[in-house]
Amino acid sequence: MPDISPPPLSPASVVLRLGAIAVVVVVVAGAFAYVNGMLDPTRLTPKALVDVLQVDNGVHPGFRRNHAKGVCVAGYFESTDQARAYSTAEVFSEARTPIVGRFALPTGNPYSPDTAAPIRSFAVRFTQANGEQWRTGMNAMPVFPVGTPEAFYQLLQAGSPDPATGKPNPASVPKFFAAHPEAVPFLTWVKTAKPSASYATETYNSINAFFLVDAKGERHAVRWSVVPQSTNGVSMPTTETGDFLEKDLDQKLAAAPLRWDLKFTLAEAGDPTNDATKAWPADRHTITAGTLVLQSSQPQMDGDCRDINYDPLVLPSGIQGSDDPLLAARSAAYATSYLRRTSEVDQLKTAHADQEPRP
Amino acid sequence: MKNPPEHFAPLARLLHWSMAFLLIAMLFIGAGMVASVSARHEWLLNLHKPLGIALLVLVILRLFVRFSTQQPPLPSDLPAIQALAAKLSHWLLYGLMLAMPLVGWAMLSAAGDPIMLTSSIRLPSILAADPHSFAFLRKAHFYLAYLLFLTVLVHLAAALFHGLIRRDGVLESMARGDQD
Repeated sequence: MPDISPPPLSPASVVLRLGAIAVVVVVVAGAFAYVNGMLDPTRLTPKALVDVLQVDNGVHPGFRRNHAKGVCVAGYFESTDQARAYSTAEVFSEARTPIVGRFALPTGNPYSPDTAAPIRSFAVRFTQANGEQWRTGMNAMPVFPVGTPEAFYQLLQAGSPDPATGKPNPASVPKFFAAHPEAVPFLTWVKTAKPSASYATETYNSINAFFLVDAKGERHAVRWSVVPQSTNGVSMPTTETGDFLEKDLDQKLAAAPLRWDLKFTLAEAGDPTNDATKAWPADRHTITAGTLVLQSSQPQMDGDCRDINYDPLVLPSGIQGSDDPLLAARSAAYATSYLRRTSEVDQLKTAHADQEPRP
Repeated sequence: MKNPPEHFAPLARLLHWSMAFLLIAMLFIGAGMVASVSARHEWLLNLHKPLGIALLVLVILRLFVRFSTQQPPLPSDLPAIQALAAKLSHWLLYGLMLAMPLVGWAMLSAAGDPIMLTSSIRLPSILAADPHSFAFLRKAHFYLAYLLFLTVLVHLAAALFHGLIRRDGVLESMARGDQD
């Protein structure tokens, strides 16, 4: 072994070399901090999105940070042959695929009255025989108010309580919308929207665009809707107040299974896939991929849907996300909400006892 | 009797440098994806999962190589405390390299998520779906990632200390082969 010691370094040289090592370490650590957003407090992160939901709605441990009030449902999806030419996903080729779903109110407070919003939501997880899953979170509205996560964050901020009064400034949200003309289609729709008396009468829309991928690898841009067979999507406004949606659902399911048709709308050239604020023209070709059949419901506190994160980017082979920027933001923010609420899941047991429903 | 080698075996060096590159990339991918709500979140996540499994395979291979090849000894004049730190930090690195992908895999399993390495390759679950397990493993993945990053930084600083200050052949034992 060449155990010949190298010539000793001068003190200045030692300091210089130690400095060089320090520089390398600091540069690597700094790059890591930069990538992690630590050096940029203005970067929109999943944490910031979920934090503002908590500011607006309060913290309700164990509950989802948005769409907090809901009910679990279970059943199956029965496919037709219509989607098979467009997508290789097994859900469209198998006769039946089990589903676990969740109906909810799009508010962040689990004690909101069912009239708190004129919108209902429906999330579904399809579990394919090959173990792949398709998760979707749909809403009973035709378009989303804003097209980007940044604008959504600002909208949530506009609804935040003013520290001086403890209440949101009533001028803030109108001021936000005045500066966001892309919200006009949503605002026009929401003016006529009324809280429905039932989850069962609503048509739920993917709103974001996706791609179906066929056996040749060709991608077909789509949006989807689930349309109730019983009413063909005609919604009845409620005359009740308080909690009525879960009771109504239980009663209907006790009488008979509930059925929705899953319809894909196929985009044509020029239809935006990256802008959830814009509806596609009404004459677009649609196909009916099958029927969702719901057979039973469970309270969300201990139901099968409780521990499912309905991340819209959990997709089987044969379905892909589009370039809609809201999709990645939903996926990222849901993951943060999921970690927070799974960490608090034991607190759900005492949640009902402690909290009086708020008006 | 053969003298102990002055350098690590070629396969050990290949594994060290390819894993060094992938591991550092992986730490940055992880740090970037959790701090993003843009499309970057999605494509980094889609890199993170297959790369994590690749690193798991590589570290298992590496442990076999570690036990089946002769290691160059540390310099005899290295202070005992530094020799101990070197040994412990290496076993910490091996442990973390093995634990990180397994914790990630178990964490996705506990969330009931399908573990998709590509749009059609799926790994089986290794743990039953459970919110307590998920929350524990997700936090463990976070803290262990920071510990791994710090250990890598210490390893990097120590390697440069050997190479620039002590100039005792330790850095060269991983940087070069026996021929030079």
